[in-house]
Amino acid sequence: MATRSKDRPSPPAGFPTQTQDTATLLRELVAHLRQNRTQLREEWARRITRAQLLTAMTEAEIFAEATSVYDNYVEALETGTFEALQAYARNLSERIIPRGVETHEVVGIVLLLRDVLARSLFAKYHEDFDKLNRILDAYEPAANRVANTVAVGFVQERERIIRQQQEAIRELSTPVLQVRERLLILPIIGVIDPQRARQLTEQLLRAIRTNRAKVVVIDITGVAAMDSNVANHLVQTVEASRLLGGTVIVTGLSPEIAQTLVTIGVDLSEMATVGDLQGGIEEAERLLGYKVVPLEELAPKA
Amino acid sequence: MEVPILKQGHYLIASIQSALTDADLSQLREALIERVGRFRARGVIVDVTALDVMDSFAVRTLRDIAHMARLRGAETVIVGIQPEVAFAMVQLGLTLKGVATALDLEEGLAFLDGVARERIERGQGRVDRA
Repeated sequence: MATRSKDRPSPPAGFPTQTQDTATLLRELVAHLRQNRTQLREEWARRITRAQLLTAMTEAEIFAEATSVYDNYVEALETGTFEALQAYARNLSERIIPRGVETHEVVGIVLLLRDVLARSLFAKYHEDFDKLNRILDAYEPAANRVANTVAVGFVQERERIIRQQQEAIRELSTPVLQVRERLLILPIIGVIDPQRARQLTEQLLRAIRTNRAKVVVIDITGVAAMDSNVANHLVQTVEASRLLGGTVIVTGLSPEIAQTLVTIGVDLSEMATVGDLQGGIEEAERLLGYKVVPLEELAPKA
Repeated sequence: MEVPILKQGHYLIASIQSALTDADLSQLREALIERVGRFRARGVIVDVTALDVMDSFAVRTLRDIAHMARLRGAETVIVGIQPEVAFAMVQLGLTLKGVATALDLEEGLAFLDGVARERIERGQGRVDRA
């Protein structure tokens, strides 16, 4: 401590001195990390394997990535700029996310590197405790920022991919099809969440308008489960369609869904339901005044 | 703004042209109910195509019109509710229960014709029995 206060006589006022001091220390630190690059990087890769992180990657791959992360890491420490590291983190995430690498693994390896480097600093400076203290003062904030940058980059990339996939699912989710003049069918497949229910309703209402539909058959054969929320969304869809003059027939309620709906007491009395899609379309045709007959039945008349 | 009410055969057509105040709506209700009797109308069509908002008062007034007109012998149909409006209405729980709705004026007229036909059929049934 005594040496330290001798170096910097007036600590509060000496902010520029301190940064300069930090810069010098960081330079020294970087030189040390460069010198021991091979050994530290190997140590790091070893620790990654031992901790069973990045199990989706081969050892060679881990070593290659470890090398580039190491270099980027040291460079970020040296320059104090994080753009290159950020770009690298994004690039790395793009490559490893499809292979199933988890967030905790990425955070884990970055923290491991931090640990490996800190240990090597301990080993180097353990005789000069004061120097070690100052080196750590300089190292810690920079290392934290690096760890932060990499972890945030990874999470952001993951979120971007998730958003992209959600968008894709949404786009191919629900077609509204016209099967006959004024008759639409809406086959729903998969899980209905509030957002999808909303989008579905909007789509259906617009389709009713543009196709001048009078009857809509909503087929939920492909819906595995239904809770009161989803049921209420369905009721809302039916009501909104009615406001546009459309009659809705719901088809394909599975035994399980029928059971749940009755058990949780959702009021579906306002809703016309028919067993299967075929029955629903027949009912709709009846409402529209169509009758489908085999040609033989028409033949005797001629 | 006063809503013009047109007479078309046995039907009255009220075509709302712009957003209405509560007073306008009440005025529309009174005018329609009065004219149902004056013209011996069988049906009333209220066209709301121009409305992009429908609050609870508007919905209640439309429902009142339908119920009052029915008491005076006319069937009412609300036509032209926009998809967005319909969606907002069900979210607010305003569903116009017991009131007929149709896509547009043409559909509304077809609906009223259907109701008239049914009435005639039923009427004939009574005559037969008598």
